[in-house]
Amino acid sequence: MLITCPYCGPRDVIEFTYQGDGNRERPQPASQDLDAWNAYVYDRLNPAGDHNEIWQHSGGCRTHLRMVRNTVTHEISSTGFARGDHNAAARHKAGGKS
Amino acid sequence: MSPRRTETGGRIDRLRTIRFTFDGAPYTGHAGDTLASALLANGVTLFGRSFKYHRPRGLLSAGVEEPNALVTVLRGEVREPNIAATMVEIYDGLVAVSQNRFPSLAWDVNAVNQLGGKILAAGFYYKTFMGPVFGPLKGTRFWMFCEHFIRRAAGLGKAGIAADTSRYERMNAFCDVLVVGSGPAGLSAAKAAADQGARVIMTELEPRFGGSANWSGETIDGAPAADWAARTVTQLEGHDTVRLLPRTTAWGYYDGNTIAALERVTDHKETPGKGEPRHRYWAIRAKTVVLATGSFERPLVFPGNDRPGVMLAHAGERYANDYGVLPGDRIALFTNNDSAYRSALALKKAGAAIVAIVDVRPELSAEMRSLATEAEAEIVSGHAVVATEGGKALSGLKVQRFDMNSGTLSGDARSIHANCLLMSGGWSPTIHLASQAGARAEWNADRQAFLPPKPTQQQWIGAGAFNGSFSTVEAITEGRAAGLSAAGATGAPAAVPDVEATPGNPDPAPVFEIKAKGKSFVDFQHDVTAEDVRLAHREGFVSVEHLKRYTTLGMATDQGKNSNVPGLAIMAEALGKPIPEVGTTRFRPPYSAVSIGSLAAERFGDLKPERLTPMHDWHLANGATMYSAGLWFRPMIYGLAGETIEQAYVREARATRESAGIVDVSTLGKIAVQGPDAGEFLDRVYTNMFSTLAVGKARYGLMLREDGLAFDDGTTWRLGEQDFLMTTTTANTGKVMQHLEYFLDVIWPELKVTVTSVTDEWAGAAIGGPKARAILAACVTGTAVDNTALPFMGIVRGQIAGVPVMICRLSFSGEMAFEVYSGAGYGTHVWEALVEAGKPFGLVTYGLEALGTMRIEKGHVTGAEIDGRTTARDLHLDWMLSKKKPFIGSAMMDREGLIAPERLQLVGLVSLDNRPLNGGAHIVEELDAANPHDSIGHITACCYSPALGKHIALALVEGGKARHGTRAFVSDPLRKRFGPVEIVSNHFYDPDGSRMHG
Repeated sequence: MLITCPYCGPRDVIEFTYQGDGNRERPQPASQDLDAWNAYVYDRLNPAGDHNEIWQHSGGCRTHLRMVRNTVTHEISSTGFARGDHNAAARHKAGGKS
Repeated sequence: MSPRRTETGGRIDRLRTIRFTFDGAPYTGHAGDTLASALLANGVTLFGRSFKYHRPRGLLSAGVEEPNALVTVLRGEVREPNIAATMVEIYDGLVAVSQNRFPSLAWDVNAVNQLGGKILAAGFYYKTFMGPVFGPLKGTRFWMFCEHFIRRAAGLGKAGIAADTSRYERMNAFCDVLVVGSGPAGLSAAKAAADQGARVIMTELEPRFGGSANWSGETIDGAPAADWAARTVTQLEGHDTVRLLPRTTAWGYYDGNTIAALERVTDHKETPGKGEPRHRYWAIRAKTVVLATGSFERPLVFPGNDRPGVMLAHAGERYANDYGVLPGDRIALFTNNDSAYRSALALKKAGAAIVAIVDVRPELSAEMRSLATEAEAEIVSGHAVVATEGGKALSGLKVQRFDMNSGTLSGDARSIHANCLLMSGGWSPTIHLASQAGARAEWNADRQAFLPPKPTQQQWIGAGAFNGSFSTVEAITEGRAAGLSAAGATGAPAAVPDVEATPGNPDPAPVFEIKAKGKSFVDFQHDVTAEDVRLAHREGFVSVEHLKRYTTLGMATDQGKNSNVPGLAIMAEALGKPIPEVGTTRFRPPYSAVSIGSLAAERFGDLKPERLTPMHDWHLANGATMYSAGLWFRPMIYGLAGETIEQAYVREARATRESAGIVDVSTLGKIAVQGPDAGEFLDRVYTNMFSTLAVGKARYGLMLREDGLAFDDGTTWRLGEQDFLMTTTTANTGKVMQHLEYFLDVIWPELKVTVTSVTDEWAGAAIGGPKARAILAACVTGTAVDNTALPFMGIVRGQIAGVPVMICRLSFSGEMAFEVYSGAGYGTHVWEALVEAGKPFGLVTYGLEALGTMRIEKGHVTGAEIDGRTTARDLHLDWMLSKKKPFIGSAMMDREGLIAPERLQLVGLVSLDNRPLNGGAHIVEELDAANPHDSIGHITACCYSPALGKHIALALVEGGKARHGTRAFVSDPLRKRFGPVEIVSNHFYDPDGSRMHG
């Protein structure tokens, strides 16, 4: 499997570490809603088809990617920074395209 | 000359004689021989005994698909079992032995199993051994009784127990075009692609490139096909961009057009060259793969089709043309298609008498009739072989009139005298790699074969027999087109090659089995008969996947290369369905056997990575016994002459508590946490507060996982307002780093913090004991180290022997102790200065054993207690759980199950019988050695405590603290250690910390 790291370009899967289901939403740190926490910590989607996943380029630049991978064919239809738009300004500063 | 070797012909070197042994008997062969061809040349017909029935078996094939002739090759003490004799190239001194026979191949006591054929039919194991236990010898318990005998009787070669000393390598390669297979199709594809300037890799699992061109006897572009192949190889070798890999099996097709291949580098050599690995694992990433993997000839299924001397037709032709060996001198053929006629003619030309060609088809083309005439063979059309005769070699066969449409036999059986029977049941394209790549094979009624579909996701192109295009003209034409297309060229394909070949229709008659009395084998290696397949159907197995598992058809080491299609055809007939409706099983990697060593490659043995601390050489030079902890090497003890390990660590720990000791702590994980939000970040990561920590101070911190269980602990030092140095346990460093990065990158990208692994930048030495401060005072310059300048958990900077150091006063041993950090390159320099300064004070160096002993005495936790199942409360670290702020795990840590009073909690144990305790031993309330029951916990760490003079341990025990002062027992049935213990606080030694605070 080839994964396209937004920094490093297409690299072999051996350089990456799977970091879990990308659909989990972490409750606010002070939240006491145990159901929400339970869903975040334990519930995972398990689709046969496109899946939103977090991967880390652990054997390279160590950035985290959010990618859509088909769990049946292993086809990767999109990859990007996991941090999404949160850090657009910082990325721009680092020379990336905003 | 050997009895079956021809005077001329073949591609062996008759001038080079090679000596080897098989089952202890000496034989000779020639350079270019395989073990199979050399033994066949010596008149050997018996190669092995079958899996279940121990029937005598000879060669079925001449290639990788061989199911019968499996041997064990010995190199010194190292044995490699289950290798096809057809794939073993002989070398001087080769030692091979046969398998699955006792006491000898020719006389095998288990051959009596043949008489019990009905009992050993499909499902034998399930029916006999599964199910409830009624009596002493029923069901599963019966299996346990019989297993030893069955395992010995049924099976393959014995694995060796000697360590494999060979080296294995891994190689990554990249190319535009990977060509798998080097027959006429593969060679043409490689040549076409290479001529376009593409980077090409071509793999061939046999020693020689050329495939069928080496033995087809055809003429290509005016030259013998073998010469054409050799010339093409020479042309390919002239390209800088081409890499040719002989003896290399492409065995796995993975995502992203990655092919796994195994190169057998030295298996064919008497002595490997210097530095050569035995096998090389190739991970080849190709833009386009050309699959030119050819096809397998199928056996016909009829009674006695497994007798030695019955062989695939092309194999007989190949032994004659490639190796100059006649498989027999009176040869009969049995076929449902035209290809066998070419084989008959080839063997006639090589010097054998062709006694008959038995063909199931009533009508034959004029071309086939003329080929038979040329071979001086009698044509027995509209007939089938119904029996074979002979023991360890074939003596004859019986034929009967056969109606192809109804499958019925009629008339009297007629005997034919022959010592070799060549059979051909049509051809199956070798579609394994395409199937692995996700392609679902499609049944082609003309070819009576599963053909590869059009590729979808993967970028592969098929060529030649792989596509069901069995003629050499088609192979070359398709190969060229595939090569051009793979190289991205759009030009017109080259002219049609000029090939002189025997004529023939590629479509066989749809006949797979002749139903007559006797055992007809479908899967030769696993002894699965046609009747077994029908039995499976009668017992309700309708899916091919279930059929496969119930009968074990296609599950042997050959993975059904011969048996797949005949098995499906027989199943389809039983079901009354056409073959495409029954479908086929999907092939999975590996295509053929892969050595485990090649998969491990550099991760094992002398190429395995190691991590050494900056002081490693000093430790070795000063008597340390090293201990491997993960990839790290750390001193275990610094033993004196004649000391046991226990004597050494007891001395080291005692001396540390009496005067001072020093230990290398460079392996601790170190992470620089820096930035304006570093304090806030640490508050979220640790259960306790770090934003309030003063610059120049350190604090012990605990991390939880998101689910509220304990994760890691360590001290973090505040070196500046925005600059923290976090330490982690040695084993968890990588996990903690990933944890921090994940939160910074994914969850809290707004925090202005960077984390950097600096483990390798610092050398660390911990010096502890009553004299530690005096030793530091004697060698540190630039700072005071007294209680005011360096209070507990304080940090100062100074120099030792002219080198800048950072010193933090903290303690793991429970003594007054200091961690001294310097740049990694100065580690030994500073260490030596500390050791020198400590000499007048009786300083000892100590290793992991003493370190562990002192931490157990203090009741500190490590990975043995933070085992992924314990909470902060279980470990009595709840005082570290801040109530002022949320942190990772804070929301989940108070769930009902995590605060239950009966949870396992950390306690100390003291052995009451003065005998050592064992890690992993259970703690029980009632001792019952005969029938151990009701564990209340287990030991996590144990030692002899020099400070207490007792054997002690840390343990996780139900109810924990409530049991302090009570008695329990250790129960360790595996090591037969039972005895009384007292449960006490985990803080055995200096519980109020007066020694550490000084």
